Amino acid sequence: MAEPIKLSIDGKPVTVPPGTLLIEAAKQVGIEVPSFCYYPGLSLQGACRMCLVAIEKMPKLQTACTTVVTNGMVVHTDTPEVANTRKSMLEFLLTNHPLDCPVCDKGGECELQDAVFRYGAAETRFLEGKLHEEEKKFSNLVYYDRPRCILCFRCIRVCDEGMDVNAYGIGFRAAHSEIIPNRGEQLECEECGMCIDICPVGALTSGTYRYKTRPWEVTYTGTICNHCGDGCRTTLSVRNNVVIRANNRDHSGLNGEFLCVKGRFGWDFVNSERRLKSPLLRKNGKQEEASWEEALTFTVERLKTILAEHGPGAVAVIGSNRTTNEEDYLLQRFARTVLGTNDIDHHRTADFSSLVRALTEAGATDRYATIEDISAAKSLLLIGNDPTHQHPLIAYQIRQAVRQHGARLYIVNSREIKLRRQSSQYLQVKPQGEAEAVRALAGQAPAAQDLCAGGTGALTALADALKKESDTVILFGDEIQGQTVNDLVTCGLTLPGKTRFVALGDYANSRGAADMGLLPDTLPGYQPLSNEKARERMESAWAAKIPAAPGRNIRSIFEGIRAGEIKALLVFGANPVKTFGLDNAALTGLQLLFVAELFRTETAELANVVVPAASFAEKSGTVTNTCGEVQALKRTMRQAGTRSDLEILLALARLFGQRWTYQSPEDVLREIIALVPGYDIPLPSLLVGRAVPTHPEGRPPALERPDLVFSSRDSLFTSGTLSRYSWALNSVDEAKKPYGHAF
Amino acid sequence: MADYRNPMLGSPLEVKVLTRRFDLANSASIAVYVAHEGYQALKKAFGMKPDEVINEVKKSNLRGRGGAGFNAGMKWSFVPGQTTKPKYVVSNADESEPGTCKDRVLMEYDPHQLIEGIVIAGYAIQSHQGYIYIRGEYRYLMDILDRAIEEAYAQGYLGKNILGSGFDFDLATHTGAGAYECGEETALLNSLEGLRGYPRVKPPFPALIGLYGCPTIINNVETLSNVPHIISHGGDWYAKLGTPNNGGTRLFCLSGHIERPGIYELPMGFPLRQMIEDVGGGVWHGKKLKCVIPGGSSCPVLTADEIDVPMDFDSLARIGSMLGSGGVVILDEDTCMVKAAWRIMKFYAHESCGWCVPCREGTHWLKTLLERFHSDGGMPDDPDTALDVSYNILGKTLCPLGDAAAMPMISILKKFRHEFEEHLKLGSCPYEKRAVNVA
Amino acid sequence: MLSDRLKAKFDSVIARYPLKRSAIVPLLLFAQDEIGYVSDEAVEEIARRVGVNPIEVIEDIGYYSMLHRQPVGKFHLQVCTNISCMLRGGEKIFEHCAKELGIEHKQTTPDGLFSLEEVECLGACCGAPAMQVNYDFYENVTPEKLDALLADLRKKDQGSRIKD
Repeated sequence: MAEPIKLSIDGKPVTVPPGTLLIEAAKQVGIEVPSFCYYPGLSLQGACRMCLVAIEKMPKLQTACTTVVTNGMVVHTDTPEVANTRKSMLEFLLTNHPLDCPVCDKGGECELQDAVFRYGAAETRFLEGKLHEEEKKFSNLVYYDRPRCILCFRCIRVCDEGMDVNAYGIGFRAAHSEIIPNRGEQLECEECGMCIDICPVGALTSGTYRYKTRPWEVTYTGTICNHCGDGCRTTLSVRNNVVIRANNRDHSGLNGEFLCVKGRFGWDFVNSERRLKSPLLRKNGKQEEASWEEALTFTVERLKTILAEHGPGAVAVIGSNRTTNEEDYLLQRFARTVLGTNDIDHHRTADFSSLVRALTEAGATDRYATIEDISAAKSLLLIGNDPTHQHPLIAYQIRQAVRQHGARLYIVNSREIKLRRQSSQYLQVKPQGEAEAVRALAGQAPAAQDLCAGGTGALTALADALKKESDTVILFGDEIQGQTVNDLVTCGLTLPGKTRFVALGDYANSRGAADMGLLPDTLPGYQPLSNEKARERMESAWAAKIPAAPGRNIRSIFEGIRAGEIKALLVFGANPVKTFGLDNAALTGLQLLFVAELFRTETAELANVVVPAASFAEKSGTVTNTCGEVQALKRTMRQAGTRSDLEILLALARLFGQRWTYQSPEDVLREIIALVPGYDIPLPSLLVGRAVPTHPEGRPPALERPDLVFSSRDSLFTSGTLSRYSWALNSVDEAKKPYGHAF
Repeated sequence: MADYRNPMLGSPLEVKVLTRRFDLANSASIAVYVAHEGYQALKKAFGMKPDEVINEVKKSNLRGRGGAGFNAGMKWSFVPGQTTKPKYVVSNADESEPGTCKDRVLMEYDPHQLIEGIVIAGYAIQSHQGYIYIRGEYRYLMDILDRAIEEAYAQGYLGKNILGSGFDFDLATHTGAGAYECGEETALLNSLEGLRGYPRVKPPFPALIGLYGCPTIINNVETLSNVPHIISHGGDWYAKLGTPNNGGTRLFCLSGHIERPGIYELPMGFPLRQMIEDVGGGVWHGKKLKCVIPGGSSCPVLTADEIDVPMDFDSLARIGSMLGSGGVVILDEDTCMVKAAWRIMKFYAHESCGWCVPCREGTHWLKTLLERFHSDGGMPDDPDTALDVSYNILGKTLCPLGDAAAMPMISILKKFRHEFEEHLKLGSCPYEKRAVNVA
Repeated sequence: MLSDRLKAKFDSVIARYPLKRSAIVPLLLFAQDEIGYVSDEAVEEIARRVGVNPIEVIEDIGYYSMLHRQPVGKFHLQVCTNISCMLRGGEKIFEHCAKELGIEHKQTTPDGLFSLEEVECLGACCGAPAMQVNYDFYENVTPEKLDALLADLRKKDQGSRIKD
């Protein structure tokens, strides 16, 4: 570590690492140097001139945002000259800026407004006409108001440097300069809205939020996005019980300011007119509205009858990729102990079980990578998956790693995914060739000559390059599952330094579903059902018996239904008819199909009983992202008529005569912390909004068959069934591009 | 079918170094050039060590002819000797400073002189690639230079193993397309890289990180054209042509209200009064002098009382102005200084690249204020506001364009304040009844 | 369609630089010289050849004042009114052009023959007032010389049409 630099700012001694920018050094001693164009992490430009400060021995004022500190530097930010300069820069900015703050979305959270309040003059001397341009609609989600724009170029940089989309440019010159989109008058981009978020003024506004409210009229609740498996923190702005905006307002959490199009705009399914508001009960072949009591009583009575007539083997449960850990935990408890069946599964989108088993067997359960590990990595190996679409935050973190500190990215993929632009080596393999490449890398089986374009030489080159790296983070998609995960882990652990791993699963709580044991052969915390000790531990906690034999996996459940062996199916927050492409006849043999859902999905349409579930915005609990980091959801609003899955399960259990004592999701979480291996997380950290990593340890049974783990390959604009109910996600033309399109 | 005359009108007071071949027929051809000492300096340079070449240029006190007046040899010496990166020599032929048209004749009448200077500079810093960045409006000069470059390649003055020295150097022209700002060296580099001509944050300076992130020297056409003479005749000889610290001669462009507008090569330190009265034949139509812009429109103006000054960088700096680019603009007694200020500001407002706030907004503000003021709409506070706004631009911008706009404004507002007051008192322009036609 | 001659020129210009995108501005100007303005097709072609997004080419067009996205006249009259020219009647020359042609700044005559632009310093200060017709310089211009020039240009246009 190089010697720290010592300097003085406004008489305060400051010690910072070499290479620190003056503006950042000032921050460390609580001295604010105002700026618009400076933005941490983005390239420097010295354009707004707000950060001019006096440095002794320098003839002119210097921009603190471009000045690197040197030893003995004596800086003054509080001289009359500096104060006058700030005032005059603001006066310049306001010459052509319309003072339409009363009707501007940004009013109240505008950096220009704040700066003028703090540093500006009370009146203007500008008597000339202001330059005017009509507002432009760049897309359904992004609008541009040129007169308000102060040309800080943050939008351009975040789009280029943060998103690698390069959708913005600058048109014309001098005072007529303006931001221009990449397709004539239109934007064609990932529609992430980062440009809107980063805009210090109301120049770029959101198509879904504009003119809806004043920012101080809304309630802000920090929660976790419910779409992909990355687990971005987001702040929902709610007014009159309606969500009107999502942005990670305080830039806290693992995603900082990042949100993708789904996180920033795709929450609007919550407000959809098509939300189920009342339970539906099929009467005379038709689903009709019913009371909660009626629906649940009917369900329990029917279940009791089936159990009595056919035994627990006739009942199966399908869980969700989005419901909370607490709900998932209770669901499997309900299935195993109340219904007495292990026929419980969910749509598995990554083979988390094999990763846990491999790391446990290697004694390396400290090698789960977190989201932060990805952006801090010096070397990354990405096998399969298309994070740009399936894991936008992880894609962003990978780009950050490459751009901010020159990390090397190695890619093995059968498709030309967009991240190859950042890669040092990109090994394009033949379709479905990822697993073969991993086995060859691991020395398990030689690769066929036609595996990749560059022949096996390219594979050798990749292996050689990886051996020169250290602390590599390895990320893999559903292409790698079962024994191949084991091969990858074994091989990865031989690389220099601390190799870490991430299995990439699709949805907000895909990881939690596996962690909580929504699996036929695995108890919470990846304890095999066959492990007597583990079983007994849960039995004693729950004061109930758990059937010892593993249940049916999801494919076998469908087979069981077809064969007439399964008579009742309970589905919570899943749409298997669509996900598994079931035909109309697949579920007709059921005597009871119970579905807890937000919408009348293909599966719900077939159900005897449909109950309206609460969305992520309407409930509390925790979710675990694909890296295994647990975060807390916080209830933001209520949706009349709905109940959370947790409330539904508690009610069902009660009707079964169970005396469960949980009063709240937190009670369930406490039990998870106490009982589930790897989940001994500090509750306070969680409650203050941190992402708490878990380190599961267990030896779950091997993957039974290859068709159990598959990703839905959602694009940036889709999110399983949910995205169908988002106006925003369907409103952008880019959503119509073929899957995998790189913007 | 262009229609213009050679602006070299000639004067017995001239000292011809750069322009000595201009009167020869076909002066632009390599045959004429070689017949008149052409490429001899290059041969001589190859007999010297690169450092010796740089020292000779340092000794000559050759200062940048683009306007900033930085010691050329010093600039070259900042280029690192040891580097794995390629190095570049860029000749700045983006001549756009209002009042200046000297590089044009240097390229039109003696392109090989420039080429020889560039190759010597390349040898001095051990660069192997040069570019001549020519403003787009000078298309015919690009044709002339392309032809000259082709000749030089054909005769072995460019390309591989030049004159058997083992030194390789390639040279190409590059055209701009209308942007004053690209005369600023870092904006020029961005432009040469195919980007908008925005200036770069300095440091790093181009000598370390320039074109394509590599060490680069950027010199004005006139600066580089001097180099062969310095090498041929020695730095001391060159230095003695001028005044201390201001070596050599300079091409001065006399324009505006002067009897004999034209370009004259005069020694550094030549008295301004003599330049106007004896070289240029005095103010036109026997009128009185009101003021002089001594070195292109970016320089603070001099009143008629301030012209007893030697025309060199230091003397003009001493009286609060600049030698600039050698564009000497004469304004007679009937000139409205408000209008002159407006026209100058209109230029800067048009040419501001728009990158940084004070220049982008400040020049636009001053332009519109002056437009209104001169169009009979002046307000009593306007002169004070304009002065304050100018000071708020001065020294606050990323590149020198802001200063270039502010400095003439400040000088006019201070030295000709009374003309602003007259406008206010009369409610219209005392010099012309007609309002300014707003373009 | 861009001509083969232009395409060949593109190749030779791009070859001058270690970084292809350096050629953008020259290519734009050469394309404009041939087509009369920078067409969408030229933007796409140049972007493709130098390997950048079209928006980066469009950014350059907006910045450089000589580049046009719309056709200008066959004879593009660029009259300087900057300080040296202003002092010697540049504005009158501009006004004379405007009056004679019935067009204003950045306008084109209906027959497409002439367009007019008030421009900044052309580097012809010692020959003020000065103007350019396309790339040709005209200096020490007077209203009379301008009339003769316009007549000449009209004649030249006639001549070229007969030849066609």
